[in-house]
Amino acid sequence: MMENLVYIALFAPFVSSMFAALFGMSPRQTFVGVVASLLLFTSFLASATLAYHIMTTGETIHVTMMEWISAGDLFIPFGFIVDQISVTMMVVVTLVSTVVHIYSNGYMDHDKSFNRFFSYLSAFVFSMMILVMSDNFAGLFIGWEGVGVCSWLLIGFWYHKPDQSREDNPSISPSWAANEAFIVNRIADLGMLVGIFILYWNTGSLQYEEVFKALPGLDSTILVGAAIFLFIGAMGKSAQFPLHTWLTDAMEGPTPVSALIHAATMVTAGVFLVIRVNPLFGMDEVAGVSMFIASLGTFVAFYAASMALVERDLKRIIAYSTLSQLGYMFAAAGLGAYWIALFHLAAHAFFKALLFLGGGNVMHAMHDELDIFKMGGLKKVMRGTWIYMGIASVALAGLPVFAGFYSKDAIIETAFNEGTYIIWFMLVLTAGMTAFYSFRQVFLSFHGEERYKALGFHPHEMYKYVLVAMSPLAILAISAGWYMEEYKEFIYGLIPAYEMSHHTHHIAWLLGTLVVIVALSGIALAYFKYARKGANAFKQDKEKEKSFVYKLLKNQYYVPIAYEMFITKPYAMISEHLWKDIDMKIVDASVDGIANFLYRSGDSARKMQTGNLSNYLNWMAIGSVLLLVIAAISAMLG
Amino acid sequence: MIGLSHYLIVSAIIFSIGLVGVLRRRNLLMLFFATEVMLNAVNIAFAAISHYYNDLTGQMFAFFIVAIAASEVAVGLGLLIVLYKKYGSLDLDDLASMKG
Repeated sequence: MMENLVYIALFAPFVSSMFAALFGMSPRQTFVGVVASLLLFTSFLASATLAYHIMTTGETIHVTMMEWISAGDLFIPFGFIVDQISVTMMVVVTLVSTVVHIYSNGYMDHDKSFNRFFSYLSAFVFSMMILVMSDNFAGLFIGWEGVGVCSWLLIGFWYHKPDQSREDNPSISPSWAANEAFIVNRIADLGMLVGIFILYWNTGSLQYEEVFKALPGLDSTILVGAAIFLFIGAMGKSAQFPLHTWLTDAMEGPTPVSALIHAATMVTAGVFLVIRVNPLFGMDEVAGVSMFIASLGTFVAFYAASMALVERDLKRIIAYSTLSQLGYMFAAAGLGAYWIALFHLAAHAFFKALLFLGGGNVMHAMHDELDIFKMGGLKKVMRGTWIYMGIASVALAGLPVFAGFYSKDAIIETAFNEGTYIIWFMLVLTAGMTAFYSFRQVFLSFHGEERYKALGFHPHEMYKYVLVAMSPLAILAISAGWYMEEYKEFIYGLIPAYEMSHHTHHIAWLLGTLVVIVALSGIALAYFKYARKGANAFKQDKEKEKSFVYKLLKNQYYVPIAYEMFITKPYAMISEHLWKDIDMKIVDASVDGIANFLYRSGDSARKMQTGNLSNYLNWMAIGSVLLLVIAAISAMLG
Repeated sequence: MIGLSHYLIVSAIIFSIGLVGVLRRRNLLMLFFATEVMLNAVNIAFAAISHYYNDLTGQMFAFFIVAIAASEVAVGLGLLIVLYKKYGSLDLDDLASMKG
């Protein structure tokens, strides 16, 4: 019974993808979107039932579908495991994906590749389900790569758009962004693959269970190596510095895709990996690596938030906030609070998906205009979207009662509890920045003067059913945090317990209040700067935009430009050099030389073939003499 | 005294004459004659060596060659007549029809 549910949860998205693919080349068919959404909902129901089953009975469901690879010593059964970690991911992924599928029915309404879009979208979910449900590293890697391919297909969905210069559009074009995402992920995947190889060589298995059992007997250098390489893989998928540039450029894809990538099916994979492999990352031998993860996470949280402060593109602001929140998750995971990281991942998925889908509504209303400076006062015409965006932004800012408060506060508390005060300080500071930039975006687009009127926009609210479909996310963005204690009980069977010390527990309320005050002051600042009307209304400050700090942040610390100058261009130069000088002049030339030699010798030998018997006889005589001579010589030598 | 080497030298000279005939002649009939000359040069060598070793096998072999050469001439001349009837010439330069 439960086994069947596992298969339903896993394969419903696959069936959906294949079904939509049947109509991939035909014009828009409404039922394709409906069927896909229903299948995804089926998958969600199955996942939720499994979650309920595990919560009530506490048993782990482990199914082996088939013996997949069995060669020599290598034995990989193709199995799936549904335990507390994977079932959390399954519920989050399928819930967000279901909403995104329903949303896409409305959002992609006018797109001529409507059916193809659903095919990719469902395949994306299927890959992610394999990734989280696999009981071994090989299955994880397959899902990992599948997610990469689907993200490439979806980011580059509007591949026909032409390239623009970096000044006009920092992401250049959808196909450029898709390639960037794929290539950056390939680099990280190599690291991940090396990590898996290290584990396989030393433990002789790819099954999580057996690998984790064998870990304590391994040499500390091997453990550190495996941890580092696995984390490099996680860095690529979860867009951690320095492999982060693709995430904001991926905004070139359709908005539902952004919601899916950021909330459910892609960037969470890296955090999931670290949580899944927590027996390795939690070992004393790899404490250095874990500390590095926490520090990098903190740095990325701050770094991304700082870039979001000056961004004018609605979707890119949200993308930076994802980057920043991923930093929080890694900070928690690096400090050993895996369950808090997982909890933040889930809470974040709900409000981030809501934020993106709301952003999609705005984009739809504004005819693909994303510059928040050109919006303002939209709450009059888009009340539903305004409420949703407001809820999601409050949750992101981490105000009490909302989901983000509980999980983010727990992370900040963890940093304090571990005695890593620098990390703690940075995270608190970032929380303030997060509140500021998320409300800057809300105020600029929904409050203040109606700047869009002068520009001739006629915004309109999204379809009703789309707004209704988004409501589960809104409810969870508010309420997900209330169940933190229950979730802790639920997950403790699998993940090592992490408790705050008595001292931290004592002053937890103080820390929480501090974070809330910082967040509130961020919101207040945003309000005074951007939300007021009339004489105090927001005006673009051209002088400030010439300052060095503004330019630095606006240009993403010049990292993409540096990559282009120091990596992309030299690489292209070397490639061209290798092509023209090595490939053309040596490899091609030698192959051509052999062919030319044969051709020319054949051409001259052809003259023997005169058709004249007398000439043939002459040649025969010459041949016989030659053979005799050779025979004589070899007889003399031999 | 005439020894084995004399016979072999004669045989070699006749073989060379036959070979030159095969290489230089253009007329198919003459080519035929030349091959016969070469065959008989070999026969001489066979007979001489057979006598030298007191072994009759070589002389028997020579007889076989003579018999085979006779039947070969019968078949070959028949073919030549057909060829001549068809092309009106036995010159090899005229008969080159399979030029590569």
